[in-house]
Amino acid sequence: MKPAEYYMRDRAHHAPALTPDYKTSVTRSPQYALLSLENSLSEITGPVFSHNDIEALDNDLIKNYSHGGDPIGERIIVHGRVLDENSRPVPNTMVEIWQANAGGRYRHKKDTYLAPIDPNFGGCGRTMTDADGYYYFRTVKPGAYPWRNWVNNWRPAHIHVSVFGAAFAQRLITQLYFEGDPLIAKCPIVQTVPDAEAIDQMVAKLDINATIPLDSIAYRFDIVLRGRRSTLFENRLEGN
Amino acid sequence: MDYLKETPSQTAGPYVHIGLAPKAAGFDIFKQELGWDIAGPNAKGERIRVEGCVYDGTGAPIKDVMLETWQANTDGHYAHPEDGHTVENGFRGWGRVITDFDTGLWGFDTVKPGATLGRNGTIQAPHINLWIVARGINVGLNTRLYFDDCDNSNDPVLNLIEQTQRRQTLIASRHEDSKGVTYHFDIHIQGTGETVFLDI
Repeated sequence: MKPAEYYMRDRAHHAPALTPDYKTSVTRSPQYALLSLENSLSEITGPVFSHNDIEALDNDLIKNYSHGGDPIGERIIVHGRVLDENSRPVPNTMVEIWQANAGGRYRHKKDTYLAPIDPNFGGCGRTMTDADGYYYFRTVKPGAYPWRNWVNNWRPAHIHVSVFGAAFAQRLITQLYFEGDPLIAKCPIVQTVPDAEAIDQMVAKLDINATIPLDSIAYRFDIVLRGRRSTLFENRLEGN
Repeated sequence: MDYLKETPSQTAGPYVHIGLAPKAAGFDIFKQELGWDIAGPNAKGERIRVEGCVYDGTGAPIKDVMLETWQANTDGHYAHPEDGHTVENGFRGWGRVITDFDTGLWGFDTVKPGATLGRNGTIQAPHINLWIVARGINVGLNTRLYFDDCDNSNDPVLNLIEQTQRRQTLIASRHEDSKGVTYHFDIHIQGTGETVFLDI
């Protein structure tokens, strides 16, 4: 069977490039229309990873930068499945995350926020989904932090999430927010996404049954990548 | 019909390096960071370097940008099961590229890709697929890099660009010196000379 195209990305479900309330986008947004391409081999292929690329502790942010202790903060589990638009699992794909520490400070030489660095917290992790598309991380809940946009903007607590899928056309970076956070509605970056249901897809839900009693609270976050057509009739995508 | 909807994209933000290139953020955490060796030691073909800068709409360099590259090997095959061909052991074809935080300049080493199959039996001129994320970019931007010493005249993607002068924004220029072959490729996110970006 010949491979088929990925479904067209629904741009109305994503933020437009120019979102003036998120000021940095004003000079970083193309003015001309994107050139729409039908998929070729260049788009339906993408990097392949294996467990040789990662190590066992890479998905445990409580332990993967430990310098003699655990990081300060609320211990959480973030878990879920990577699916495509057809509800099929996306197996064996790389999921990477990064985040601020519990005080809202990033371990980055360009971050100068006055909250302190945590000596036991790096703030990044990675894992591969299993055959059912399932993944999990253990970490501490990141803190909210101020950022320069208007005079007084605060990012809601969030974790950055990077996912590959099986094709360069599926590549995605998004952010995970936490259910019930009142800063979500006030954040110009969250609100670049025009649709309330779309924003809700980025909000991890408290998953009380997945918590570890007396240890860690859990949040569920399913990630959806683009799906692809089934090949009912030959469409000569590959040529020959 | 009920389909799931794709999770919305959000900006990678200014600290993308923490997650995807932590050494650049200033700390060492993973045994092996991903995306630093695109071609591997066994790749056939011409070894090249690509250098450039990404500019914003005011003409200033974007110093916190990250690029990912995806390319075929010198025979025009991708390291992916759907290509249907094997590639050299260690050839991955994928890379991560970050800038010098002070200047915004970036560069990567690879091999020059071969022509690849396009749709409907067409041949795509050699190219490197690029994906660009940064603070202020809400949805990662896709584009392609072609080579000025290749015959690009029949490339099915370049020929879709209606304003023919804009095709030049996707073509890297070759320079040779004692250190080797370098292609120069600047990306203009907005404004005069805006790069052609693709909805793939």
